[in-house]
Amino acid sequence: MYLIFMGDVTLTVDGKKVTAPAGTLLIEACKSAGIEVPSFCYYPNLSLQGACRMCLVKIEKMPKLQTACTTVISEGMIVTTDNDEVRQARKSMVELLLGNHPLDCPVCDAGGECELQDMTFSYGAAESKYIDAKNHKEEQQWSPVVYFDRPRCILCYRCVRVCGEGMDVWALGVQNRGVNSIIAPNQEDHLDCEECGMCIDICPVGALTSGAYRYKTRPWEMKHVGTTCTHCADGCKTTLGVRRCDTGMEIVRGDNRDKSGINGDFLCIKGRYAFDFAHHAERLTQPLIRKDGQLTPATWEEAFELIGKRFAEVREKHGGQAIGVVGSTRATNEEDYLLQKFARVVLGSNNIDHHRTADFPALAAALSGKPEMTASMRDVFNAPAMLLIGNNPTEQHPLLAWQIRNNVRLHRARLYVVNSQPIKLRRQAASSTQIPAGSEGKLAAFLAGDDSALDVLVGAGDSPAPDPSTSLSAGSRGCPSPHDWIALREKLRGEANLVIIFGSEICGNNIPSLVKFASAIPGAKVICLADYANSRGAADMGLYPDLLPGYHRVTDAGKFREEWGGVPEVRGLTLPEMVESAKAGDLKGFYVVGANPIGRFGVDPYAFSHSFVVVQDMFLTETAVMADVVLPAANAYEKSGTFTNTCGDLQLVKKAGEVTGSKSDFEMIVRIADAMGFDVRKLVPFGRTMHFDTGQSRGVQSGEADRHAVWLQAQGLEPKMSPFDPMAILDEIQRLVPGYDVSRINLLAGNDQHTTLAGSGPGALQNAELIVPAQDDLFSSGTLGRYSRTLNSVIENHHKEPAETDVAAD
Amino acid sequence: MKFSDQFESRFAEMLTHYPTKRSVLVPTLLFAQDEVGFLSDEVIHELAGRLDLTDLEVRNVISYYSMLTTKPRGKYNVQVCTNIACMLRGSDELFEHCKERLGIGHKGTTPDGLFSLEEVECIGACSWAPAAQVNYDFHENLTPEKMDKVLDEYKKKGTQ
Repeated sequence: MYLIFMGDVTLTVDGKKVTAPAGTLLIEACKSAGIEVPSFCYYPNLSLQGACRMCLVKIEKMPKLQTACTTVISEGMIVTTDNDEVRQARKSMVELLLGNHPLDCPVCDAGGECELQDMTFSYGAAESKYIDAKNHKEEQQWSPVVYFDRPRCILCYRCVRVCGEGMDVWALGVQNRGVNSIIAPNQEDHLDCEECGMCIDICPVGALTSGAYRYKTRPWEMKHVGTTCTHCADGCKTTLGVRRCDTGMEIVRGDNRDKSGINGDFLCIKGRYAFDFAHHAERLTQPLIRKDGQLTPATWEEAFELIGKRFAEVREKHGGQAIGVVGSTRATNEEDYLLQKFARVVLGSNNIDHHRTADFPALAAALSGKPEMTASMRDVFNAPAMLLIGNNPTEQHPLLAWQIRNNVRLHRARLYVVNSQPIKLRRQAASSTQIPAGSEGKLAAFLAGDDSALDVLVGAGDSPAPDPSTSLSAGSRGCPSPHDWIALREKLRGEANLVIIFGSEICGNNIPSLVKFASAIPGAKVICLADYANSRGAADMGLYPDLLPGYHRVTDAGKFREEWGGVPEVRGLTLPEMVESAKAGDLKGFYVVGANPIGRFGVDPYAFSHSFVVVQDMFLTETAVMADVVLPAANAYEKSGTFTNTCGDLQLVKKAGEVTGSKSDFEMIVRIADAMGFDVRKLVPFGRTMHFDTGQSRGVQSGEADRHAVWLQAQGLEPKMSPFDPMAILDEIQRLVPGYDVSRINLLAGNDQHTTLAGSGPGALQNAELIVPAQDDLFSSGTLGRYSRTLNSVIENHHKEPAETDVAAD
Repeated sequence: MKFSDQFESRFAEMLTHYPTKRSVLVPTLLFAQDEVGFLSDEVIHELAGRLDLTDLEVRNVISYYSMLTTKPRGKYNVQVCTNIACMLRGSDELFEHCKERLGIGHKGTTPDGLFSLEEVECIGACSWAPAAQVNYDFHENLTPEKMDKVLDEYKKKGTQ
């Protein structure tokens, strides 16, 4: 229906002329004209149901009232959406729905944000002709996070459709019929599913409620902050409901009521529920200093003074190269940028690295000077064809998987999957091919034209047999033949605007091969998958010992040297080299910001016993316990700045929660520089243009936006009065990092802004062994996941053994 | 699980009748029920697998249709119509009589597993009301006495 465009159709709705493309549903055409037709069961992008009968409208020349959600507009149609007949019909529908629905809104969890409540108020149908007793059923718990209250259900089927069509999980169904119909979970009395909570979000009433939020507060008691999720690298917008509490601001709920993000309707379990690590009992709330071998609580002044003194000593005595710095994949761009600038300018060392999960320098190198070839997360929903090599997006990139699935479902896009595992997305694939694990690189070479790589792809007797049901050529069972591979390559070459998505299996020299293949396809774009919320940002901001922000080489610092007044030209140490250097006794200082190298890489904790170690983190991680000073850090939900998702979409991070006793990494870095006696004005460009205007002269009227201030912010010209203002560093990033010169006003308005790699520096070949995938699945999220009660309860419920890698990602 | 050859050939043929696999679910369920006696978990799982559906989807369909059952029934399923035409002609007494005679209620099964009893909606035999259906056979213009004879015959058939 959406695919047929035969020009525009003009119709009349409530006396207004409305023009919409042929094939549009009447309910959508009304919406576009600002006329709201009420509905429960209709939901954009889900199949039509026609179950609730709330959208009944009068259409001239049609004998009965029609459902606007299933009627396609036609030329000259005359529609009335609101007259006595329509109102009476809707009123009767609400009365019917309330026949069994409890009228106890004040105790219902959805009270205040319930569509049925709104409708009842609109149509005044609270009085009922029905005198039969309501049929009560006890509430059921279907999983740690999903509760079902049967009498409240109005059988709109939204949950059933979003779970099946949207998520491809099909865990919900409808049993029985007529008045006995009920929503049923797939395991009789409980759910076996991905626990995404989409059914709860989409429920118009209080029938499905969230175990993490229910009965804790009321929607009007919270402040709602739309920010970017801190878990995987997809960058969903999550709206956090926060409430004042004893220790600052408590995050009570995560959802996506604001559907304006790149994720649209989607959020996974982590974005929705896994904010609770912030209030874990083991959260650090005061600085710790090692005294007599014990980490002892101390004041911030003491801590900064000690760090400043010790770092300055090392720098004077041994030089900057005796200090190693590890950055974070969950800190903001501003913090990562500031940290590498701190290392290079304050410490005078290029010893900076981070936990790498993808080879962005190779991608930047391959794309350098080419026209724009990176796809945004939005492009994945609209591309006519997609090639997915490696990775398992359903587990590791839930939003990406959602975009792919729904592009296939709604736009009939073609998905080509090549993977060493039978991943779930093969169910959406037009062609799915299994290859031996580790041969992804050969595939890149083959696609680029190297036919000798075929041997590995075809041969490999001991490799797992490809999934016969979805194998490359439907007829042939077993491994695809060379002929099949060549046919696939030809087919892909003919797919204009192909989006190529690849996991960390493809790195190093294989990336240029893949980019070479992509360059030959008109409009083709690529997406490189990393694992953490700001993995891409950490790479873009130059957390590399040999690369500056924007993948410029340290040996060719150019404008950075001008701006910073000097950049060390010697390549620094990678993380493993820092460990070796520490073991040899050369690394005297080790500064870790939001990372856990000891837990993650299995580094010998005694390696750093002769170094002065400073760790900024939320918890006493394996790395923090061996530190000399531990500084309690704020997490991404408790600070402002920007994140860049794995596609390169730049988004705002807004402060929502707050835990007294923690500081943002940004502030701590500045304070350490200050304690080292460094002029922080050279680190953070604040207070420079002091045409200071407090706004008092402008006479802002109450309740009105301060338009002057909005304009200044939009231009990035608002006064940055504090050395702790991340926007001051964002100015510098936008000035110096290629691709980041996006619209500030769009960014501030909460929109995603795609950054490009086309103008990047030359990059540099990296050691592939430094790339260590996080191996997180749907229910794990490194350190954050370890401290999330909700995620752990779901894991327990799924009877999963704790994974081996459960120790500690960043 | 294993079905009869007849089932398999019917199933294979039906698949050619519809554009999508899932469309054959309802007739297939009926055939499977006739063969197995009821729709066991095993049957549900098997058919779901064959038609690329989840077990839940198959259960949803079964629960919609009153003629499909997931519980074992007697060898002879006595379905007494109590809709309007039959009711006016004495189906209520007829149903009561069956209950007494068989010693079971609505949707009950006799301990010997021979009979099940069910009160059903219109079976399209109004001209010969009151009517009852035993498995796929119709019995019309019934009185309690006639019903006894019908049941006797089935009992004889069933215990031979």
